[in-house]
Amino acid sequence: MAAKSIPLHVNGKIAHVSVDDPDMPLLYALRDNLGLRGPHFGCGLGQCGACTVHIDGNAVRSCVMPLSSVGKKKIVTLEGLSLSGKLAPIQEAFVSEQAAQCGYCINGMIMQAAAFLAHNKNPNEDQIKQALADNLCRCGTHLRIVRAVKRAAT
Amino acid sequence: MLSGKPTRREFLQGTGILIVSFSLPSAFKSALAQAANSSKIVALDEVDAYLAVDATGRVTLYSGKVELGTGVSTALKQIVAEELDVPITAIKLIEGDTLLTPAQGKTWGSLTIQNGGVQIRQAAATARQALLQEAGKRLGLPVADLAVEQGTVRSGAKQVTYAELIGGKNFSLKLDKQAPLKDPANYKIVGKPILREDIPPKVTGEFTYVQDFNLPGALHGRIVRPPTIGASLQSVDENSIRGIPGVVKVVQQNNFLAVVAESEWGAIQAAQKLKANWSDWQGLPDQSKLWEYVRATKITKDDVTSNVGDADKALAQASKKIDATYDFAIHTHGSIGPSCAVADFKDGKLTCWSASQGPHDLRTQLAAMLSLKDTDVHVVYMEGAGCYGRNAHEDAAADAALLAHTMGRPVRVQWMREEEHGWDPKGPPTLMDLHAGLDANGQVVAWRSELFVPDGTGGVVVKLLAAEAAGLPVDKGMSPGNIINNSAIPYSFPNVKTVAHRLAETPFRPSWIRAPGRMQNTFCNEAFLDEVAVAAGADPFDFRLRYLSNDPRGTELLKRLIQLAKWRGRNATPTTGDVARGRGVTYVKYELARTYVGAVADVEVNRKSGEIRVRRFAVVQDCGQVINPEGVRNQIEGNVVQTVSRTLKEEVTFDRSRVTSVNWANYPILTFPEVPEIDIDLIDRPTEKPWGVGEPAAAVVPSAIANAVFDATGVRLRSVPFTPAKVRAALQSASEAGHVVDVPQIASLAFNQDISQSPIPYSTVTDFARFLG
Ligand code: FES
Ligand code: FES
Repeated sequence: MAAKSIPLHVNGKIAHVSVDDPDMPLLYALRDNLGLRGPHFGCGLGQCGACTVHIDGNAVRSCVMPLSSVGKKKIVTLEGLSLSGKLAPIQEAFVSEQAAQCGYCINGMIMQAAAFLAHNKNPNEDQIKQALADNLCRCGTHLRIVRAVKRAAT
Repeated sequence: MLSGKPTRREFLQGTGILIVSFSLPSAFKSALAQAANSSKIVALDEVDAYLAVDATGRVTLYSGKVELGTGVSTALKQIVAEELDVPITAIKLIEGDTLLTPAQGKTWGSLTIQNGGVQIRQAAATARQALLQEAGKRLGLPVADLAVEQGTVRSGAKQVTYAELIGGKNFSLKLDKQAPLKDPANYKIVGKPILREDIPPKVTGEFTYVQDFNLPGALHGRIVRPPTIGASLQSVDENSIRGIPGVVKVVQQNNFLAVVAESEWGAIQAAQKLKANWSDWQGLPDQSKLWEYVRATKITKDDVTSNVGDADKALAQASKKIDATYDFAIHTHGSIGPSCAVADFKDGKLTCWSASQGPHDLRTQLAAMLSLKDTDVHVVYMEGAGCYGRNAHEDAAADAALLAHTMGRPVRVQWMREEEHGWDPKGPPTLMDLHAGLDANGQVVAWRSELFVPDGTGGVVVKLLAAEAAGLPVDKGMSPGNIINNSAIPYSFPNVKTVAHRLAETPFRPSWIRAPGRMQNTFCNEAFLDEVAVAAGADPFDFRLRYLSNDPRGTELLKRLIQLAKWRGRNATPTTGDVARGRGVTYVKYELARTYVGAVADVEVNRKSGEIRVRRFAVVQDCGQVINPEGVRNQIEGNVVQTVSRTLKEEVTFDRSRVTSVNWANYPILTFPEVPEIDIDLIDRPTEKPWGVGEPAAAVVPSAIANAVFDATGVRLRSVPFTPAKVRAALQSASEAGHVVDVPQIASLAFNQDISQSPIPYSTVTDFARFLG
């Protein structure tokens, strides 16, 4: 198998990644080829949300997304959530609410919540909890995360 | 394939095509610097082991205790900033580096602040005393006339800075136990909800977890685990992975089998596809008969954890006897990021980057495994995904070390999800038999318990999987942690005997997971106490307070909990209808020696589905002096949520050969919609010792839920996890036996709830203005 160069639209730029296997999950291209380590490896099975990125604005599990299926779609990672050098409002809200313990899950929480808030301007707590129902946190930071999302929405 | 991490700026500012250049993560740069600086003082009794002030006045704090995601890095800095009177932003923390930091013991047992922080505080006080004396000499003034502000010693117009006094030089001072500590009344930083410095980089992706770290030129390693736990490797077919690009080597040493590849994806695919023959093995017990197995396991010794009066005689004479057996399932740590490590072996020396909670112990284990001297192994701590005890980080470190040693190139090993769930060491199964006796007036005359838990012949380290598989020197015995703690009870009954039977075997490598033993034992004791209180016709608060009369802090805590939870007594009868509601009370004095926690849980039980919803937890905690109230609250919340998960859902499943709960689908944990609300009343006692907070609030959760379910339904749950199937079965058998509603009438609350008479000064931080409004 010869290495292939695949163009990806990431955080507003085109990046070429050279891979042996076009079916490699997007997560490894982002982390290993592009050095974008905001998205985390948690399960590789689409079960935990640690690897979440935005693809055309939707929250997607990059660990189960084959590179070959990304095509020209626009990828945004945690690093690209704010390109102004300032924190995005959702990031600021997580800091304000001290919404992290280890923080390993927080990439997924922020990316999931940001995609949700883009379409739901003023959600209540139950809606926020439903929106994050497939994102796992082992440290038990849930209540703070909900408060942070609420803060970002208001 | 490119490796190495472009800086954020390079990526964001790149014009179209990304140009990757290496930028070494700072942990690596500091490791290079450290190698040259091997003379750093690390002796536990030296100030220089903990603190350095450089020529610009910046302070470096060297901590042997590490940040596991609990916020202690901020709390430790607060302690130093307070005692030295320097801004917290002037302090840099280096943690868990075997060349640079003192060996302060593992980060476990809720001891980081209580022990490590107190050592660091004494180092800072010693340093401050010496700096003031030196300043007095230089300024020609008595020390009593001097004040310190922001690292500058002043008296009137005269001043000298710490940098001028010591900058860049060693203190060369022993820790002075007499060095005066600052009066807590003058605290400006300790006790305040200082924001954690690690959170901003964690929300932007700039933070480097050990999972995000790598070295230039490193190979990616993946371990090929056998299909059964005790299998021997018989043959390997390397042809099965020909054609996978980038594979460098199949590494085999006895039963240790791994692949190393240039790319991570190559390593993952090769490990999945490599064909190997393993012997069969069926050495695990039948899970459906786990408790019979535990009961039948050989007892190596009995630890008598308390013995007052004559419990057997008093039980024999009691007018009413209550007996029950409680059990608690095998649990996995379940860190969200599987374990990971990077190792490099060069010129006979090993360097390993690991998220181990005990870098110094890991150094010793790695040295033993590879037959190296301790001094030829350097372990550097890097934060990983949250770890709640001894998970698999040490095993990943051993995997990486063995592969780096074999390859002569740096190797990064990242465990996969099914490895983490399947092969991390487990919280062992716990079983307890309990007996209590009441006299004719409903007073407790006897309490006796027998606990069945694995022995601790392995000391304080868990054997490394790689060493065992490869046939290298390995630690012997089992190390479940000090899991007999809290098997004794805090209540002063006249006759008590609590015994722990230590078992020769347990199904999986045991280790410690948050509040190890303390949680299981508190579950058994506090749920059984609720049974006894009901048998005595007493309110659960009233009953506890009756037997805590010699503990004013415990008494005050329970009285405050009554107020926080707005306790109005038990349900007079179990609630009717499909959804039953109830409340349960519980209490712990951690290890009978430190942090107090009391809780009331509000639950709903769906009688049809058997599902339990925990709606609310009210928690009061007294951990003595609070360093950072926001950090403490974060820990209480985490303890409650994680333990609700463990109590309702979690159980490692296995067949005769292996763990079968190997991902989040078959080892589910609590999700957002299931998380309870939590009300906290944090008692701050600024003049008392600071006690640990990372574990104690976990200990009370299972019993609070069990007692609330009884309040709701009249049914006792004595086996964690409280799955819907178990709840349905319990409801069913209770209704067949006809005593679902057979709850004795409970006397109403018989005491005055006035806490203003408290003998101990306290101030509450519940009404601390939310720190950002
Ligand atoms: S790592 Fe992708 S969902 Fe868990
Ligand atoms: S903060 Fe640790 S997993 Fe969520």
